[in-house]
Amino acid sequence: MKKRVFLAFALAAALAGCASGVKLDDVPVEDKQGTAITGQTPGGTGTTPGGSATRVEPVDATRGAADAAGPAGVGRIVYFDYDSNVIKPEFQNVIEAHARFLRANGSRHVVIEGHTDERGGREYNLALGQRRSEAVRRALELLGVKDSQVEAVSFGKEKPAVAGGDETAFARNRRAEIAYR
Amino acid sequence: MALLGAAAAGPALAQFRVEVTGVGLTQLPIAIAPFRGEADVPQKIAAIVQADLERSGQFRGIDPAGSPVLDETSRPDLSPWRQKNADSLAVGSVSRLADGRFDVRYRLWDVVKGQDLGGRSFVVPAIDLRLAAHHIADAIYEKLTGDKGVFSTRIAYVTKAGTRYNLWVADADGENAQSALASPEPIISPAWSASGSQLAYVSFESRKPVVYVHEIASGNRRLIANFRGSNSAPAWAPDGRSLAVTLTREGGSQIYTIAATGGEPRRLTQSGSIDTEPVYSVDGRSIYFVSDRGGSPQIYRMSGTGGEAQRVTFTGTYNISPALSPDGKWLAYISRINGAFKLQVMELATSNVQSLTETTADESPSFAPNGRLIIYATRQGGTEALMTTTLDGKIKARLPGRGGDIREPDWGPFRR
Repeated sequence: MKKRVFLAFALAAALAGCASGVKLDDVPVEDKQGTAITGQTPGGTGTTPGGSATRVEPVDATRGAADAAGPAGVGRIVYFDYDSNVIKPEFQNVIEAHARFLRANGSRHVVIEGHTDERGGREYNLALGQRRSEAVRRALELLGVKDSQVEAVSFGKEKPAVAGGDETAFARNRRAEIAYR
Repeated sequence: MALLGAAAAGPALAQFRVEVTGVGLTQLPIAIAPFRGEADVPQKIAAIVQADLERSGQFRGIDPAGSPVLDETSRPDLSPWRQKNADSLAVGSVSRLADGRFDVRYRLWDVVKGQDLGGRSFVVPAIDLRLAAHHIADAIYEKLTGDKGVFSTRIAYVTKAGTRYNLWVADADGENAQSALASPEPIISPAWSASGSQLAYVSFESRKPVVYVHEIASGNRRLIANFRGSNSAPAWAPDGRSLAVTLTREGGSQIYTIAATGGEPRRLTQSGSIDTEPVYSVDGRSIYFVSDRGGSPQIYRMSGTGGEAQRVTFTGTYNISPALSPDGKWLAYISRINGAFKLQVMELATSNVQSLTETTADESPSFAPNGRLIIYATRQGGTEALMTTTLDGKIKARLPGRGGDIREPDWGPFRR
């Protein structure tokens, strides 16, 4: 009898909207001298009445725009020294070739993607990679490319060009890539 | 000293493995008897409860071997448990109801005083049996320590397997992970809203970093920061109405605030240096953030509405990724020390700093909502892993992964 009363109570509580805990006051325990837990009832979220309080709806993301062709025979990557966003003289030709192409093709757009090596925090590296892409953007604009043709973004350390934890790998990953969209 | 607090026999063993390194001084010895009926359900309730309590660092599990079958209606003979030096004993049962759901009950006994400390019943669908076990662990934890338990809370984290990235929502013990977002491009910086219903994060799916707010129960998400340049580092204001984000729309990385529904951002920092990784104090009055305005990245504090900033970290030349304890007393962050990235915790009142780990690639600390544990990412044995640690660094547990690298943890709020 007592058990049936309790069950009805539990069901009512559950049907009321969540998987809340119900105190076991009505369960007969011989020589019961303890006190029931008081205070807050640890409950479910209550967002899905009668259902799971933990279900997560999965979402599938798809990759955005693929790269388009840029100037033929011109490199697309500028490498940087450790902790630096200075464009080295050997990459001046690359920058100039892209600047010529963009000036001649005023409707074309590039995204400069800044990257870092794997050392350090993800968000701070995102900011450091941004400094590299901004350096390339400024260099292109100094050569007459319109501001509206260039966007500087960063991938931080998220997309290394090569795997590995040595200086050779780090040097290949400290870079800005020029992508035509 | 390495201690394996394991439970549950057979195939479930790997699932509940908790690695604890170091032993605290004041752990409460507790025995959790196998729940009557748990052999017939997919989740071993007693083992989940025991692993939860052990991971907190405040409990030591006592092997219940040789226990007679006990449940919440039993009046157990406590003398054998006294002989095992258990201070507390939890017993319970799980039974299937006519509608297919399960009734999970427990009762807690004070073994020393021979006293019934009360019990509770949770009626859940099969998919939430683990949640019921976590609720039981929370109730036991609160009864015996006076603090609210965090075992029924959730964590978010990101995995990278090959070229696939997944944002997961999992139980606080790392189990029961469900994918919220799968993407061919990186996902970083997940951040729970105070309500626990939404995650903000940075996704690179459009081949640049943009900030989404994602309602996890429905999968509905909206772009809230997709400005020219990079958009990153979302941090919810405590009232949930706005977020702080890092934008580069005006050149350098600067901190802005933006409504949770989107709209025009308002700039909070005005520097020519990097300002990023904002995080609000619980009262919303302050924002802690990272800036290299002094020449190296350090943590600063400013008003929640922007303005002048005070430097908070002074030791070392690289201090990033601030996280605040819910009571506002502790600041966890990552410091580069001799080339290694180490989790630190600072007592803000005294500026005393303690290093918590022996690992060298720690990242992304986040406090449990009761402030008693920190979850962080690190590198162990060549792969990325998630760990929890107590604030004194004495008790650590490695959370199970799903294969591949596991990173970017954020600990969600208490369930409402």
